[in-house]
Amino acid sequence: MSLRHFATGLGLLIVGIVLVAGLLAPYIAPHDPFAQDLMKRMIPPEWMDGGSALYPFGTDQLGRDYLSRLLYGARISLLIGTLAVVTSGLIGITLGILGGYFGGRVDDVVMFAITCRLSIPLILVALTVVAFVGSSLTVVVLTLGLLLWDRFAVVARTTTMQVRTLDYIAAAQAAGASRLHILTREVLPNILSHLVVVATLEMALAILLEAALSFLGLGVPPPLPSWGLMIAEGKDYMFFSPWVIMIPGIALFVLVLGINLLGDGLRDMLGTGRRV
Amino acid sequence: MSAAIEVRGLRRVFRGRTGMFGGERVVRAVDGIGFSLAAGDVLGIVGESGCGKSTLGRVIMGLLPPSEGEVLVDGKRLDTLDRRSRARLIQPVFQDPFSSLNPRHTIEQIVGLPLAAQGDVTGRQRRERVMEMLSRVGLSAEMASRMPAQLSGGQRQRVAIARALVLRPRIVVCDEPTSALDVSVQAQILNLLAELRRELGLTYLFISHNLAVVEHIATEVAVMYLGRFVEQAPVDDLFRAPQHPYTRALLASVLTPEPGLGIPDVGLGESYPDPANIPPGCRFHPRCPIAEARCQTESPEGRRPGGRLVECLLVDGQAVSDPVRVPA
Repeated sequence: MSLRHFATGLGLLIVGIVLVAGLLAPYIAPHDPFAQDLMKRMIPPEWMDGGSALYPFGTDQLGRDYLSRLLYGARISLLIGTLAVVTSGLIGITLGILGGYFGGRVDDVVMFAITCRLSIPLILVALTVVAFVGSSLTVVVLTLGLLLWDRFAVVARTTTMQVRTLDYIAAAQAAGASRLHILTREVLPNILSHLVVVATLEMALAILLEAALSFLGLGVPPPLPSWGLMIAEGKDYMFFSPWVIMIPGIALFVLVLGINLLGDGLRDMLGTGRRV
Repeated sequence: MSAAIEVRGLRRVFRGRTGMFGGERVVRAVDGIGFSLAAGDVLGIVGESGCGKSTLGRVIMGLLPPSEGEVLVDGKRLDTLDRRSRARLIQPVFQDPFSSLNPRHTIEQIVGLPLAAQGDVTGRQRRERVMEMLSRVGLSAEMASRMPAQLSGGQRQRVAIARALVLRPRIVVCDEPTSALDVSVQAQILNLLAELRRELGLTYLFISHNLAVVEHIATEVAVMYLGRFVEQAPVDDLFRAPQHPYTRALLASVLTPEPGLGIPDVGLGESYPDPANIPPGCRFHPRCPIAEARCQTESPEGRRPGGRLVECLLVDGQAVSDPVRVPA
């Protein structure tokens, strides 16, 4: 039990640190993340031979400060993660609640949509769309949002089916409440705790997918500092300067781990406890 | 006196399949029920689990569409009304106050919901009427800001009653409103319901499996068996001189507080009735202690020997000498 609490706390700490780092990036970054200085290319991090305290995480192949790029990259990761989750959440929760509440034909349509979505290869479609439409922040967010709604829909649908049979839904119907009221004010608040957990999972997934797209050159366009893009740009140098991919790689891993730990903790907290 | 509520030929059929290759399973939960009730009366509907009494309540309230038949309140067909007008005429009180209150809403929001749904009540009027209703059901004003989880079962049921009455409906359908409560609280809730009926001139449909509760609150009692009323009579007549053998068995099954008597043998056997497989003839004949051969083929539907609904071929309207007949 205490291990659970520790894990949740750790997740909260990680996400909190990354969030603060991203939000305060303009104030705490030691250098301009876009400023190139070709005289100072590939300086190793401070703790390695040849490192300097001026560039704690070293510089990249264009002489840009790696720590500053990492901090600004946190913004991109969190921004894309959040926006993709909001988009996919809106789509998935709407479909799931409608299917779960109305059942019958509506549910058949929703289930068919979910099945179709599950049979779409995520990365391939994302790559194709981005390749055709061109890569920008908006396109990446929309692509991920339109592709990641399935789990929201599945969870919203099953939890709605459970809630629908409860007497307070019947009482609201008998009270003359509109369907919109019943769906948004009676059903939604009671399935939200399950959806929060899904949101954390999807956010972690969206961040990883953005990194993957950026790594393949189809994510956020350079020179925006994205962690995936940093790994992509560093891959040519990784044999002699492994830290250029290790630093953003570890950051990515730790952030996704933190989000998942937080999600697990939230599930435990919201799942069993009765809210007062 | 015109009827406050009139129910005509109500039927509700559920269709389902048993397994992938199984035949269609048709459950006739409500199988032709009609009655009318004068304003201010309380119709107690009693029956075993699975006899369709809760389905009947839901169909009457319009929560489930009927397969056949109609419900009129004050002469208006409920199925032709919009949701707001219907809500002003008929309101429910459910059995389980733990599932009938939305755990994410405050008591004020819960009780105010029917008013909010009407759409023409200002926030201030709503608050006033909620507060007035809360005090009427015996809850203090500070309860308004609480969440359901902070209330006891009895308090929650009071909230449910306040919500049902805040629009001043004509009819209140109470579906086992006390059976989920502690015994000590049941009487309070029953007395509250009786008091509110007198003060507000309400008409209740009171669904219950508890005969003592029905005897206490009802003016008229209907005994339900496999989707039909098999006997309906004013409460005193029914309890003093039950006619239908099923009613007599039900009355005999009431447990007495006297020690040593054990569980009474009511002569109904062990088997439960199956609403998916209603017997031909009289639907009660497989369990009836006095059934004759013709009960298996002849239907007693609609029989009114002695002017009172008793769906039994063997009851002729004469006074029954032994009100509780149990075969040796």
